[in-house]
Amino acid sequence: MYRTFQSYLRSSLWTVSLVAFACTSLNILAADVPTTAPAEVEIKIDNFTFSPATVTIAPGTKVTWINHDDIPHTATSTTKLFNSKALDTDEKYSFTFDKAGTFPYFCAVHPHMTGQIIVK
Amino acid sequence: MNEIENNQSNEDGIDRRGFLQCMAWVGTGLVWAMQGGILRSTVFGKDTDLASADFTFVQISDSHIGFSKEPNKDVVGTLQQTIARINQLPKAPELLLHTGDLSHLSKPAEFDTLAQSLKVCKAGEQFFVPGEHDVFSDDGKSYLERYGKNTLGNGWYSFDHKGVHFIGLVNVMNLKAGGLGQIGPDQLAWLKDDLAAKSSSTPIVVFAHVPLWTVYEKWGWGTEDSAVAMQYLKRFGSVTVLNGHIHQILQKVEGNVIFHTARSTAFPQPEPGKAESPGPIKNVAADQLKKMLGLSAVNYVENPGSLAIVDQTLE
Repeated sequence: MYRTFQSYLRSSLWTVSLVAFACTSLNILAADVPTTAPAEVEIKIDNFTFSPATVTIAPGTKVTWINHDDIPHTATSTTKLFNSKALDTDEKYSFTFDKAGTFPYFCAVHPHMTGQIIVK
Repeated sequence: MNEIENNQSNEDGIDRRGFLQCMAWVGTGLVWAMQGGILRSTVFGKDTDLASADFTFVQISDSHIGFSKEPNKDVVGTLQQTIARINQLPKAPELLLHTGDLSHLSKPAEFDTLAQSLKVCKAGEQFFVPGEHDVFSDDGKSYLERYGKNTLGNGWYSFDHKGVHFIGLVNVMNLKAGGLGQIGPDQLAWLKDDLAAKSSSTPIVVFAHVPLWTVYEKWGWGTEDSAVAMQYLKRFGSVTVLNGHIHQILQKVEGNVIFHTARSTAFPQPEPGKAESPGPIKNVAADQLKKMLGLSAVNYVENPGSLAIVDQTLE
């Protein structure tokens, strides 16, 4: 689980630096340059747990939750910023975080399941 | 499992001495008979007192219509078998209480399948309270349209039947991150008023989805503000609390309050803390599954005021 989180972090940092590079290139060349895919992070739901439970991302990162349990779950923001509704087995939900901040969320069916997205 | 403890009762017939806890997880049925605060239990089928009950009612729970994975790909089938068992009871139950999770995903078709299946149930009037699976997609709209007629707030209500006061509570709405089930201040205020008019000798049956005591906090198996409700109920001589949610039988007696959770008609869940998560027990052999699903029948005898719960498995 820890290793997966590290690789998420690495890939998101890598993408963020690419985006920064692309922007710089754009400014210099003022011409079409190949755009990079936006940063993405996946959060798995397994055994009634969000993993990783805490994810730190850059603004503009798209977060995708995927439910691997046989029981439906949700990813529901405590501030109503986002709400996946019911995710049955293997269903996904994505939300792109544009603003900086800490965004706690939980499963509305099993509220003891909690997680947070830190955008900075 | 058959644990019996006969506590000394005071002259008013209410046991105040202490605390008794008995857990029957899965397996054979049990009869619980409460007489003047003394609790007795015998293995199902051996209690001859039940024949003299003034009336009986059944509790079923956690039908999860829409669930289609291991260990049960036919939850409609096991519900229908449960109904067949109810229809075979020697004394036709006058009421049926469903303690929530009628559906798996709050889908209209799932609610309608349950209603359709229950049409053949010979159990008199039917009453429901929602589980979190019934309300989490649309804040309970589909549930309330079908099962919430004549209810208050987000689905709570009370009624009287032959001298017993029944109270259906909703503890699955407005759940908070990291929290347990919740009754909420509006419903608690209503409960206080509802009970105020009742004499302390009125037998009370409270039914709600999530257990009204903390079974296992780590899995969210409890209700945040249940202690407030219990405070309102403590002056009554006979209180029976029927819950679902945990898909196994668990019983506890505290003073004059009996807590009882029912089996699911769909799939069993692990004992508290005995698995990584509260997900379905999947590795159940087909011939064992029906021993882990079932119904509770409750018999009430007006005089001397006894209440007995009989748990039956499908096989």
